Amino acid sequence: MNANREKALIFEMSKPGRVAYSLPDCDVPEAAPASVIPERLLRAKPAALPEVYEVDVIRHYTELSRRNFGVDNGFYPLGSCTMKYNPKLNEDAARLPGFAKIHPYQPETSLQGAMELLYTLQRDLAALTGMDQVTLQPAAGAHGEWTGLMLIRAYHERRGERRTKVIVPDSSHGTNPSSATVAGFETITIPSDAQGLVDLEALRAAVGDDTAALMLTNPNTLGRFEAQIDEIAGIVHAAGGLLYYDGANSNAIMGIARPGDMGFDVVHLNLHKTMSTPHGGGGPGAGPVGVKSRLIPFLPKPIVERRGDGTYYWDEDRPLSIGRVKPYYGNFGILVRAYAYIRSYGPAGLRRVSECAVLNANYMMHRLAPYYEVAYPGVCKHEFVLSGKRLRAFGVRTLDVAKRLLDFGYHPPTIYFPLNVEECIMIEPTETESKETLDGFIDVMIQIAREAEDDPNLLLQAPHTTIVKRLDEATAARRPVLYCNCE
Amino acid sequence: MSEIREELRYSEEHEWASPPAAQGRVVRIGITDHAQSQLGDIVFVELPSVGAAVYAGESIGAIESVKTVSELYSPVTGKVVRVNDGLLDHPERVNESPYEEGWIAEVELDAEADEALGGLLTAQQYGELTK
Repeated sequence: MNANREKALIFEMSKPGRVAYSLPDCDVPEAAPASVIPERLLRAKPAALPEVYEVDVIRHYTELSRRNFGVDNGFYPLGSCTMKYNPKLNEDAARLPGFAKIHPYQPETSLQGAMELLYTLQRDLAALTGMDQVTLQPAAGAHGEWTGLMLIRAYHERRGERRTKVIVPDSSHGTNPSSATVAGFETITIPSDAQGLVDLEALRAAVGDDTAALMLTNPNTLGRFEAQIDEIAGIVHAAGGLLYYDGANSNAIMGIARPGDMGFDVVHLNLHKTMSTPHGGGGPGAGPVGVKSRLIPFLPKPIVERRGDGTYYWDEDRPLSIGRVKPYYGNFGILVRAYAYIRSYGPAGLRRVSECAVLNANYMMHRLAPYYEVAYPGVCKHEFVLSGKRLRAFGVRTLDVAKRLLDFGYHPPTIYFPLNVEECIMIEPTETESKETLDGFIDVMIQIAREAEDDPNLLLQAPHTTIVKRLDEATAARRPVLYCNCE
Repeated sequence: MSEIREELRYSEEHEWASPPAAQGRVVRIGITDHAQSQLGDIVFVELPSVGAAVYAGESIGAIESVKTVSELYSPVTGKVVRVNDGLLDHPERVNESPYEEGWIAEVELDAEADEALGGLLTAQQYGELTK
């Protein structure tokens, strides 16, 4: 069947003279391109566009689309990414004409419904995180991190303090040091302790009058809750620094614990993780940022505010604002989806989401523990980290386990992250999967662990059933071929 | 088991330094066999510049593998006098031959060799560290 062969590029299917369109006769006078476009901007020879029939275009792209994998195809336990199911109710809401067919340049008076949604979402997210105000502008998680760090920078500068360093634990998301660098800070990495938590002594040694902030996610990337968060916050605040909460792991704590109560000053949330909006190529994302009151003056403008008479307006009068971080008001369609999700679950429902996410993760960890070493044993939160190092005795690495999972139709978990766990496998099931789905994946993981002992080549040569087999990643990176020779 | 060479000195960051010839002050540095095996297939090495001052324990470049990007730390303090340009086209040499073809740079020490290398691990100590 077609579906099992390497796919030709559409350019390689081209035959001169074939067309996939039929245009009506031109009903305006024709003009030669050279008479309306400057000579230097005109092509010397026509663009090499593929010439194909309409039916072949449709078949080509339909076939490619069938090769996609997403949460609507199967289980996607990508640790740290919260690949939960995207309820279709969200899509209905986002397609309502009052949301889908408005334009940001319409007058405020004609956008009141949309503005009420944004205002309510700001309030809901503030309530959920324990913050005082929220900006909905940032377009993704890392954009939210950068925005939050710019707020922290503006805050310190306003106070006349020069604070240049951002501290991150060695288990932090790679985006944390990156965002800090882009925001003009220097990053200091501190080690984790034997339990995989922040090493308080290392933190005490790292803070000083140049500390701008500590960036932390809680539960952390190892799926462990930083139980000493009060003490951590005390150390950072005593040094004059602020606490930044990376919301990537919020799916573990909704309705149970709030970053604002833990002492955090700035929070970003990933709506495309926690609030079930599309993720992983299906985005765009949204990374709203919440702050405590002392940082409100610096928030991006505008913020949606409500007048005494119940009408809504764009508050542009914010002299200390860091400015806009995105055109218009964020990825509005995504904000509608997140609002639909939050409102359809309600406070008790969101708490239940986190409880089930944590339960699912602990169930899977417990069943897999005899076969793969648990990096940091104990109760985990919404995700857990295994190590495949036991399999190295059979010449098998975590990468081979991940490749073998493809043969069973699963998206592999996150591997080789966090960096402080050898042969790392990081699994996050989310709350949306049934016990049967979890058991199906666990059984396959157990089978693969047995195969590693009995028939390691089965893993070393995997995947066997996919259209594209094992890729030579090293050669692809060392000597990439970056063009198509279609002439 | 990864190879550890008796005649070399090692840092806790998994770099090696080879003691200079008698009276000399130029040492060759690279990453250990253990380090290359942990990193996996290396696809790019960012080398320091010739003439650059380097300090023991500080970053002088980066090594990118299919799995991760790692900082490259200098095990010694001094000035870079030569780099292994061949790695730009053949980063796999670090995997294949970390102590020979895959060397990274040559550094002229600021201090006497005994002093500069004295703080590093012996082969036996490095073996303990990576056991």
